[in-house]
Amino acid sequence: MIQLHAVHHHFGDRPVLQGLELTLSERRIGVVGGNGSGKSTFARLLNGLLVPERGRVLVDGLDTRTDARAVRRQVGFVFQNPDHQIVLPTVEEDLAFGLKNLKLPPAEVSERVTTALRRYDLEPLRHHPAHLLSGGQKQLLALSGVLVMAPRYIVFDEPTTLLDLRNRRRFAQAIHDLPQTAIVVSHDLELLRDFERVLVFDEGRVVLDDVPATALDTYERSMA
Amino acid sequence: MKTRDLVHVALFAALVAALGLLPPLALPVIPVPITAQTLGVMLAGSTLGARKAGLALLLFHLLVAAGLPLLAGGHGGLAVYPGPTGGFFVGWVPAAFVIGALTERAWRRLSVPLAFAINVLGGIGVIYAVGIPWLAVSAGLPLTQAAWGTLLFVPGDCVKAALAASAAVTLKRAWPLLQAPRAAEPPSSPP
Amino acid sequence: MSLGLYVHRTSALHAAPAGAKMLGLLGATTALLLFSSPPVLVTALAATLGLYALARLGPRELAFVPHLCAWVLLPLFVLQGVLSGWDTATRAVLRLAVLVLLAMLVSLTTRASDQIEALQRALRPLARFGVSPARLGLLLSLTLRFIPLLATWVHEVREAQRVRGLEHHPIAVLIPLLVKTLRTADALAEAIDARCFDAEDPP
Repeated sequence: MIQLHAVHHHFGDRPVLQGLELTLSERRIGVVGGNGSGKSTFARLLNGLLVPERGRVLVDGLDTRTDARAVRRQVGFVFQNPDHQIVLPTVEEDLAFGLKNLKLPPAEVSERVTTALRRYDLEPLRHHPAHLLSGGQKQLLALSGVLVMAPRYIVFDEPTTLLDLRNRRRFAQAIHDLPQTAIVVSHDLELLRDFERVLVFDEGRVVLDDVPATALDTYERSMA
Repeated sequence: MKTRDLVHVALFAALVAALGLLPPLALPVIPVPITAQTLGVMLAGSTLGARKAGLALLLFHLLVAAGLPLLAGGHGGLAVYPGPTGGFFVGWVPAAFVIGALTERAWRRLSVPLAFAINVLGGIGVIYAVGIPWLAVSAGLPLTQAAWGTLLFVPGDCVKAALAASAAVTLKRAWPLLQAPRAAEPPSSPP
Repeated sequence: MSLGLYVHRTSALHAAPAGAKMLGLLGATTALLLFSSPPVLVTALAATLGLYALARLGPRELAFVPHLCAWVLLPLFVLQGVLSGWDTATRAVLRLAVLVLLAMLVSLTTRASDQIEALQRALRPLARFGVSPARLGLLLSLTLRFIPLLATWVHEVREAQRVRGLEHHPIAVLIPLLVKTLRTADALAEAIDARCFDAEDPP
C-alpha cells in the first residue's frame, strides 16, 4: 500500500502539488491530466526520486524521505523514453545493471537475466547492442530491466507515448499481465480502460478519483 | 560524485567521439579545414568544469587507446600516441581541465571575449604546449621547426575558440551548470 | 568487448598480460627515444618484425603500413631530409616506424577490455578525484552505450538544420546537441537512480 499524507510540492515559486491525501491499494491505478497538472511529479514521489516539500509518502510503511533506497527496491519505474533508461551497451548487460546495484550473487543475476530475456522473447538478442533494437523492443527491455529486480510496485510515466500502435498494444498487454501493482501515468486512455481506479490531476490536485468508466469519460468530456 | 555527474562525464566523452564524425569544415582564408572534435573539448571544459571535463577526456582517451576509432578520420589504437600528432590529442585532457578551471573562476562575469581568451589559453595554448614538444620528439625535429610546422593550424583553432566561446555563453543562458567557486565569491549584497 | 583492433591468434604475445605489454611498449619507446643510433634502430626494426611473426600476424594485419608510409613517413622523410640532412631523416623515419609498429602490435595482440582493465589499475590514484576503478568501468560502458546514440543525434540535428540551410553552421548544430545531451543526462540520472544505483557506495 502506498500512502500520501498532506503532500505539497513546489518548483521554485510555482506550486506543483497541493494537499494530496491518497491511499493507493488497488492493483491497477491510472493517472491522467493535462500538461503541467502535476501527474509526472506525483509519479516521481512514489519511488522517492522526488521527496515532497511538505507531507509524507509511505510505501508499505517506508518513508521516502528517510528510506529512499529501501523504497526503490520495492517500487520500480519505467520512463517514457527507453533511450533514457537503457544504460549499458548490450541487452544482457543492461538487464543485469539493476541486479548488480542490488549486490546479488552472480549466479542469481545470471538466472534472473535469463528468465527476463525469455519473458518477452528477447533471448535471441542477448548479446545484441541495445541501440540496434526497435522502439518497441527497447521499451520492453526497459520494462524487463525493472521487472528483473522483482519490485512490488511499478510506476510508469507515459510508457507508450513514443510507441507505434502495434507496440502500444503489445506493451499494454505486458502491463496487463504483470503480477505486481502498476501505477500508470498516461495520455493513452485506452491503456487505462480495464484498470481499477483512475486519478485525474488538474493544477496539482486530484479532481476526480473513480473507476475508469466514470473518470475517463468525464476527463475526456472536459478536454473536448 | 553524484549520479548526474557520472552521467555528464560519460555523455561528454561520447559527445567528443560523436563530433569526430562531423566532416571538417572548410572556411575561406583558413588554410586547413577545421574539425569539430576540438570544439567538443573546449565545450566540455566550459560546460562541465575542470574535474568532470578532464575525466571525460581521459575516458575518451582510454577508449581510443584500447583501439576504438574515435578520433576524427576514424583513427584509434595505441599507434596514435607515438605518432607526430599524438601530443595534440593527448593535450585535450589538460586542455579540458584548464578551460574548465578558468571558466569556473570566471563564471559570474563570463562573456564571449573572456570565454574566447579562456579557450585560446586553455585550449590552443595548452594543446600546443603538449603537442609541439611531442611532435619534436616523435619526428626528431628541433623544437622551433616543430612549432613553425603547426603555424598553419592556428588561425583555424582561433576560429574554433571563438565558436566555442559563443556557444559557451549561449549555453550558460540556456542551461547553466557551473557555479562560481565559493572561495572566490565576495559576500553577496542584497539584490 | 569485441571492439578495437584486436586480432585473435594463438601466440605467446597474445597470451602475455596486457599490463606487461603496455609497460613494455612504454619502456621500448623510452629506450628508442634515448638511443636512436642507426644500428640500434635497424636491430629494433628487425626485432619488431620478428615479434609480428611470433604473433602470427601477417600481411593483412600489416595493411596499415603502406598508408603510414605514404601519409606520415614519406612526407617526414622529405621534410627532414631537406631541413636537416638525409642521415637525420633516415633515423627519424626509422624510429617513428618502429614505435608505430610496436604500438600497433600491442593493439593487435591485446583485447580492448584487457587494455582497459590494465589502464584502470594504473589509474587507481584517480580515486582521490572521486572515481574508483570499478566506477571507471561503469563510466566506460556508459560511454560505449551512448556513442552510437550521440552519433545519431549529430545526424538528426544536422538534418533538422538542413531545412534552414544551417547544417554546416557549427553553432546551429552544437547548441541543440549540447542541450539535448544535458537534458538526456538528467533523465538518465533519474533512471539510473531508480534502478537502485548508489553513487556514494563503492561497487
